[in-house]
Amino acid sequence: MKFGMMQRQGSSDLAALDGKTFNLDKAMTIISFILLLIIVVIPIFMIVYNAFFYKGRLDLEMFRTVVFSKDNISAITNTVIIGVSVTVVGTIIGLFYAWLLGRSDIPCKSLMRALFMIPYMFPPFFGAMAWDMLLSGRGGYVNTWLMTHLGLTAPPFNINSLGGIIFVEVSYYFPFVFMQVVSALERMDPTLEESARIAGASQSTVIRRITLPLVTPAISAGALLILISSLAHFGVPAILGFSKQIYTLPTVIYAYIDRAGGSFEGIRQGAALSILLVFVVTMALILQKIVLSSGSYDIIKGKSMRPTLIKLRGAKYPLLLLAIVTLILIVLVPLIMIFLEGLVKAYGLPLVPENFTLDNFKAIASSKQTLDAIRNSLFLSISAGVLCMFLGVMIAYVVIKIKPKGKEILEMLSVLPYSIPGTVLAIGVILSWSGQLGINLYNTVWIILVAYMARYLSFSMKSASASLQQVHPSLEEAARACGASHTESLKDITLPLIRPAMIAGFFLIFLPSMRELTTSILLYGPYTRTLGVQIFALRDSGQIPQASALAGIAICIIIICNAIVTHITKDKRGV
Amino acid sequence: MANVRFENVTFHYGKHCIFKNLSLTVEESQILCLVGPSGCGKTTLVRCLLGFIKPETGAIYVGDRCLFDADRGINVPPENRHIGVVFQDYAVWPHMTVWENVLYPMKKMGLPKEEREARAHHALEQVRMTGYEDHLPSQLSGGQQQRVAIARALVSSDEVIIMDEPITNLDAKLREEMLNEIRLIQHDIGTTILYITHDQEAALQLCDIMAIMDRDGSLCQIGQDEDIILRPANRFVFEFIGVSNFFPLVREKDHTYLEAGGRKFPYDSCPAEIFASGKPMEMGVRLNDIVFDENSPVRGTIERIIFLGSEYIYFIRLGDRTIRMQSNALDVMQRDPVAENQEVGLAFLQPRYYEAKPEEVNAQ
Repeated sequence: MKFGMMQRQGSSDLAALDGKTFNLDKAMTIISFILLLIIVVIPIFMIVYNAFFYKGRLDLEMFRTVVFSKDNISAITNTVIIGVSVTVVGTIIGLFYAWLLGRSDIPCKSLMRALFMIPYMFPPFFGAMAWDMLLSGRGGYVNTWLMTHLGLTAPPFNINSLGGIIFVEVSYYFPFVFMQVVSALERMDPTLEESARIAGASQSTVIRRITLPLVTPAISAGALLILISSLAHFGVPAILGFSKQIYTLPTVIYAYIDRAGGSFEGIRQGAALSILLVFVVTMALILQKIVLSSGSYDIIKGKSMRPTLIKLRGAKYPLLLLAIVTLILIVLVPLIMIFLEGLVKAYGLPLVPENFTLDNFKAIASSKQTLDAIRNSLFLSISAGVLCMFLGVMIAYVVIKIKPKGKEILEMLSVLPYSIPGTVLAIGVILSWSGQLGINLYNTVWIILVAYMARYLSFSMKSASASLQQVHPSLEEAARACGASHTESLKDITLPLIRPAMIAGFFLIFLPSMRELTTSILLYGPYTRTLGVQIFALRDSGQIPQASALAGIAICIIIICNAIVTHITKDKRGV
Repeated sequence: MANVRFENVTFHYGKHCIFKNLSLTVEESQILCLVGPSGCGKTTLVRCLLGFIKPETGAIYVGDRCLFDADRGINVPPENRHIGVVFQDYAVWPHMTVWENVLYPMKKMGLPKEEREARAHHALEQVRMTGYEDHLPSQLSGGQQQRVAIARALVSSDEVIIMDEPITNLDAKLREEMLNEIRLIQHDIGTTILYITHDQEAALQLCDIMAIMDRDGSLCQIGQDEDIILRPANRFVFEFIGVSNFFPLVREKDHTYLEAGGRKFPYDSCPAEIFASGKPMEMGVRLNDIVFDENSPVRGTIERIIFLGSEYIYFIRLGDRTIRMQSNALDVMQRDPVAENQEVGLAFLQPRYYEAKPEEVNAQ
């Protein structure tokens, strides 16, 4: 192995040996480093610098006032409460359904599995909007209905609470654990469990002592994703919490920036809070590592095998019912609610056919602002997707094939933004590109594009590197030996072989960019609203039916693109 | 047709020296098998020839073409070396059909379309892959993919083809078929072939000349197969080609003893000069060169007899060590039968004397 690695390094400086002045490998390496410096290092540096330095001097006063203000401490508490609760509940639910669909004989597995992935596709703030319409303390449809029919004096549900925020976030984040664990269960060698049964262990002992420890790495990876996403999440607490003055760190940062109206002081305060948010996320990561460092096992094989299914017997249909109810609750209800509300004449009117109209869609089609938002989002998502697709491939190629000195730094830098909350990234981008460094992109689409690229570059980079690792070096060498130059071998062999991963990488960026809210809400200018921002703003200004109609359109776009990406990733040509 | 010459080639990976001042010539229209244990530097040598890595010293020629010369600062890039190569994992491009795979090298050479297609047809015919033009590599078996790789190598160069362990992934029967095919193709077109393998049997079947490389990357012996088997140049070659038993020798009071399983047997047939250096010595003998001899003082008990059709294998206990010997079935029939648990005397034909390896001396 070591020998092989040394060989690869040997070939990397090949072009240099040929005595050429222009060297493609070297150029790509340098561009990768510069690029990551610009889109990752500078924003992070600017946040740290501005939080602690003022006019070139160390200034901790502002940091202290911001961090120890009473409001912000309650925001920290809320963030941690929501993050931890969502992680715990989401992990339990994800684990339960992963086991149910992966290991039991419950019917309609593949259909249910596909349905359980749906929440993963949609932005949680759509769900928050839907649930707000249904269960809001003031005039939520369900609350109103229950109050009139049961004669209650107070609304029975209140979604505008910590509990409500946790509920909505759980329903969108549990698929992280679900997907990780289902795939681990599928790849697990069933003989491991069977041997335990043969050795005399009972079914429950096997689950507790064999299955669970084996999928622990998958659980911990999924739980980590939930925790990071939830701590950094903006949409749900913003929609459900603002009306009741429930703030979390990301929403309080937004409030600071929004209130400051672009003034430098406000942005600085935002930067200080950002550092706090990064601190909370880092602490969570460390804590998680300590709690779950029980050791990982490498007995999970790559191949899919048929495990013995556990017979549910009498519990089969009750559990099926439970799964169906869960699906209806987390998938169907919010979706239907969004679509129906998009058709209704005015918010609060009963959802009956007499009140339905297409006026909301007409309003969208005739509103320049909304059309601009759609156009901006399409432009941003396609540009970010295409740029990141190529840059991701380039960085992956540098890391995996060229292996220059410092490739670990390159790799680390490209995945770093993934664990940086979008809010923080947005502040970093504002601080970097609004004139302090001589370039002012504020209020243009370009500043949003830079932020999207920083946020999503790791997606395409990961997708490309997984695929590049499959491309054996001898394939490129064979082309060289057949008379192709280095560039030609890249063009003829490597790029065609990783094309499916590149296209998948594009959609991995295009889809989340289309529904992005967290960073865009801090970066948009009067003419650069995005789809997410526009939906949020319409709702904020009380035009809830129109916001829902627009959300419905966004859902349709997402569904269509998702279908395309599934189709493309399936179609691999013998690689 | 051209010969391939390595002249004083040295290569290091970092501080680790792979080979030093290595010189080797593959004559025109010859198949030379470079044989050596895994990790000895065979593939590194090939990569130097192909231009994927650059040696520190020496020169590499194909015919009159200088591909590399450290002193003159010549280093032709891989794409201009025009050497056909069959990689260990075939490296058939999975996104191209068989036809596209074979056409690719000629496209890069800029051959006219008619000639390209004619040569591709011919090459596929030679490897008996006609009719598979439109198949993707994923639709072919390992053996078929390998033949495509050979066809591609054939069209890339009619001077020199390098094969780097191309048959290790095939089953025994297919392996033999492929070796025959390579031999036939080479016979037809007379390409010079440098064949790299760690499998001495494949080498023996295929080659005109064998070059044995030891673990330190130096060439121990270059010669025809009979030379190498019957007259191994050193202990490494002797041990590497064929299976053998080794016995430590002890010199005491002008007598030589052979040690086996904690016992000493008189062994005076061994020339006394071998102890001149004063170093501990060992005797090595091939399995087929051990015979039964009632008069021999080396005595053991037959533990087990295995009949393999053309050969008999005997496990013989000497003290607490069990050695293996092998006899041709025809010879066995012509001599007195032996049975398990019978005591026998053993004589050694063509014994070879070597210095004991340091670690074996320590063990004693």
